[in-house]
Amino acid sequence: MLLAVLSGFLLAFVAPWLARAAGRYSGWLLALLPAGLTFWFASFLPEVAAHGSILFEYPWVPGLDVGLTFYLDGLSLLFALLISGIGTFIVIYAGGYLADHPDLRRFYVVILAFMASMLGLVLSSNLIALFVFWELTSITSYLLIGFDHEDEKARKAALQGLIVTVGGGLALMAGFVLLAMAGGSYELAELLHEGDAIRDHALYLPLLLLILFGAFTKSAQVPFHFWLPNAMAAPTPVSAYLHSATMVKAGVYLLARLNPSLGGTDAWLLLLSLFGALTMFTGAVMAIRSTGVKRMLAYSTVMALGTLTLLIGLGTPTAAAAAVTFLLAHSLYKGALFLIAGILDHETGCKDFRDLGGLRGKLPVTAAVAALAALSLAGILPLFGFVAKELLFESVIGAPWIVVAPVTLLALASAVLIVAAAAVVGIRPYFGPTVPTPKHPHEAPPALLAGPVTLAALGLLFGLYPALAEHQILAAAARAVHGAPVELNLALWHGFNLPLLMSLVSLGLGLWVFSRWEFVRARFDRHLEPRERFGPERGYELFMEGIVRISDWQTRLLQNGYLRYYILTIVITLVALTGYTLLTRYPVVPTPNLAGIEIHLLAVALMTVLAALFAIITHSRLGAVALLGAVGFGVALVFILFSAPDVGITQVLVETLTVILLVLVIFRLPGMYALSRPRARYRDSGVAVALGGLLVWLLLLIQETRFFPSISAYFIENSQPLAHGRNIVNVILVDFRALDTLGEITVLALAAVGVYAMIKLRAEDRQK
Amino acid sequence: MDTIMALVVGTLYATALYMMLRRSIIKLVIGLILLSNAANLLIFTAAGLTTGAPPLVPDGASAPVGAVADPLAQALILTAIVISFGVLAFAVVLIHRAYEIVKVDDMDQMKDTDT
Repeated sequence: MLLAVLSGFLLAFVAPWLARAAGRYSGWLLALLPAGLTFWFASFLPEVAAHGSILFEYPWVPGLDVGLTFYLDGLSLLFALLISGIGTFIVIYAGGYLADHPDLRRFYVVILAFMASMLGLVLSSNLIALFVFWELTSITSYLLIGFDHEDEKARKAALQGLIVTVGGGLALMAGFVLLAMAGGSYELAELLHEGDAIRDHALYLPLLLLILFGAFTKSAQVPFHFWLPNAMAAPTPVSAYLHSATMVKAGVYLLARLNPSLGGTDAWLLLLSLFGALTMFTGAVMAIRSTGVKRMLAYSTVMALGTLTLLIGLGTPTAAAAAVTFLLAHSLYKGALFLIAGILDHETGCKDFRDLGGLRGKLPVTAAVAALAALSLAGILPLFGFVAKELLFESVIGAPWIVVAPVTLLALASAVLIVAAAAVVGIRPYFGPTVPTPKHPHEAPPALLAGPVTLAALGLLFGLYPALAEHQILAAAARAVHGAPVELNLALWHGFNLPLLMSLVSLGLGLWVFSRWEFVRARFDRHLEPRERFGPERGYELFMEGIVRISDWQTRLLQNGYLRYYILTIVITLVALTGYTLLTRYPVVPTPNLAGIEIHLLAVALMTVLAALFAIITHSRLGAVALLGAVGFGVALVFILFSAPDVGITQVLVETLTVILLVLVIFRLPGMYALSRPRARYRDSGVAVALGGLLVWLLLLIQETRFFPSISAYFIENSQPLAHGRNIVNVILVDFRALDTLGEITVLALAAVGVYAMIKLRAEDRQK
Repeated sequence: MDTIMALVVGTLYATALYMMLRRSIIKLVIGLILLSNAANLLIFTAAGLTTGAPPLVPDGASAPVGAVADPLAQALILTAIVISFGVLAFAVVLIHRAYEIVKVDDMDQMKDTDT
């Protein structure tokens, strides 16, 4: 299993060389891997149908108790089959579609890496691993949307998709951490049985909102739907694969996966069904308004994603059955339709429905496949889409009373519009008067046709024999979504009932809308266009502008170019944070320790303090040097008086050198003038006194309490026996901590080199 | 005596910070010197003050007799004194050189990288 998930990454590494070796047939060669994976996953079908789930475990970071566990049940197997199965055709298709593209090999690398990430996402049982794969799909999606990186529009769309999905990913990460806290495990396999504990946990609502935010951004739910149509800047195979059949369904997958753990509450029901229904309707309206082939398909994908969210939210067994059926049906027909959109573009050079017409003679196979897929999209007998649509209507009628009215109305209205959109997709390019196209149209080669033909044929097969899909996979998938066994009873014909009536109504009205497409579009445009200025996409733009403005403002604030403000910021933060912590966590007043005061010690202390104070008020440079010397020698005396003779001697030597250095340089330096204003001086003295006070307080506290013994004891005991030295300080410097001393010498050497260089450079300047 | 030394450390820090917040570049140097003295004294005081017991092992013994001053703090300060002198020498030459080129001592007028 580990190999199956990672094989895509491995192949991605060598794909460029393989593709070069295979030449024209590179797509067919590389498709062997996804095809093999499809068959390998299919071999698990009987076991999953019989037992429900299989768990695969591999250690990953054993020290942190992070394992790479894979959980295979009906839902993940359905997704794995869709990913590897459709992936096979996408790779073949790309080989033909991008045959002349100079970056075809780069394309293979990214698409294979994406496939592996997506497989990892749906198979991972560990939440952390799932999150990593989730982000990997966002990144590969970014690379694929921006595949034509010389096109500014593609780059912008790629960035938009990335920011929206990765922004959601951040929320998802937080949601996962909370989920693991509430459920007591990072393993999905265990969380699925902790539903009651999670739903009753105090963190339930925050974690639900965070996870929904992640899932909604990924699956393009309102109000985040805008990135998906823009993502159509990607090459068509990418749109078909990532932005319709697989990646955008990751959010839906997560919702379906977590339904047994999180679902069943009012918040879940309301949030999912209402956002889902709204997305469904928005997608349908926008689809019928679009004229671009891919744009219309993209919006109908938004509609499908909304439908899936709605169905998962409803939580009834019928809805779970409808969700997995609709998921399979949608992947089949939408994949086919996107690939056909690519064929139309490739063979005619047109991307807009208004420029296409009468192609059925020139592209007979494409036209037939498009008709099949469009019939499935519209939900018409005898295709699989019909089965899914019936179940959808049955689910919304049987929805909990609180949402039944809005979701039924929205579902019916969306169905009407989608029938119309399906008619546009299936009829418009192939019938009616022939429209001249930039390229001379001719039938597509087998590499391009393999995918759509197979996918559309599967849609017909499952429509005629729905029991085949049900027993193989859908029953197990619905059970995984619902958390309990579900009766599916998929059939084409359920007799005359309300869902059938709704189907007929949507069909009739939809065809009417199609016959008056231009009129309907004009009406929608008139009402919606003025409002689009306030739409969510404008919100995204405002958000991005806001980020730039805020970072501009905070850069000006923090990186202001004044050394003293940097120091002030650091010191004030230090004093405030430490002071606050001391006051709240450690409110102990230290008792002054005045034992052992002797007059000579007091004199030294007083001299040091006075010298320091005079050093800051004097205006004489020489006076300042002298006073600094006094401070230095005062400190040296302190060292000597308190049992540190070596330190004292060093301090005396260094202090002497310092004074000599300063005296040599000081008269080449400017005088000491008071440049600051009085207000600044008062402010600075306040901050300085606060820092001094804090340090006095800390020192007094430290002297009272030792939280742990000093490691000095070791040096004291072992100086003579181990290092044969009697001066313990020296032994530490040259033996125990010799590396530190080496570092010290290095610093000194660097400083010396720096000083030398600066003096030397000046000499050269003068020579010029 | 510990309390007195704590006050000395606090005063040194306060004067050092005050000088480092000035606009005159030479006062920055003075602040730097005061700061390194303050930091050394802080470490020294924090380790505990001991009179008359330097960390030396008497002849013939394998360990000092009785309690001695903390040798680790002294070793750290020894290193720090030498390094701070190196840094100070570098800073003084750097400032001298900068002053030579830009001819101002007010740091507010040294904001641009172009002169």
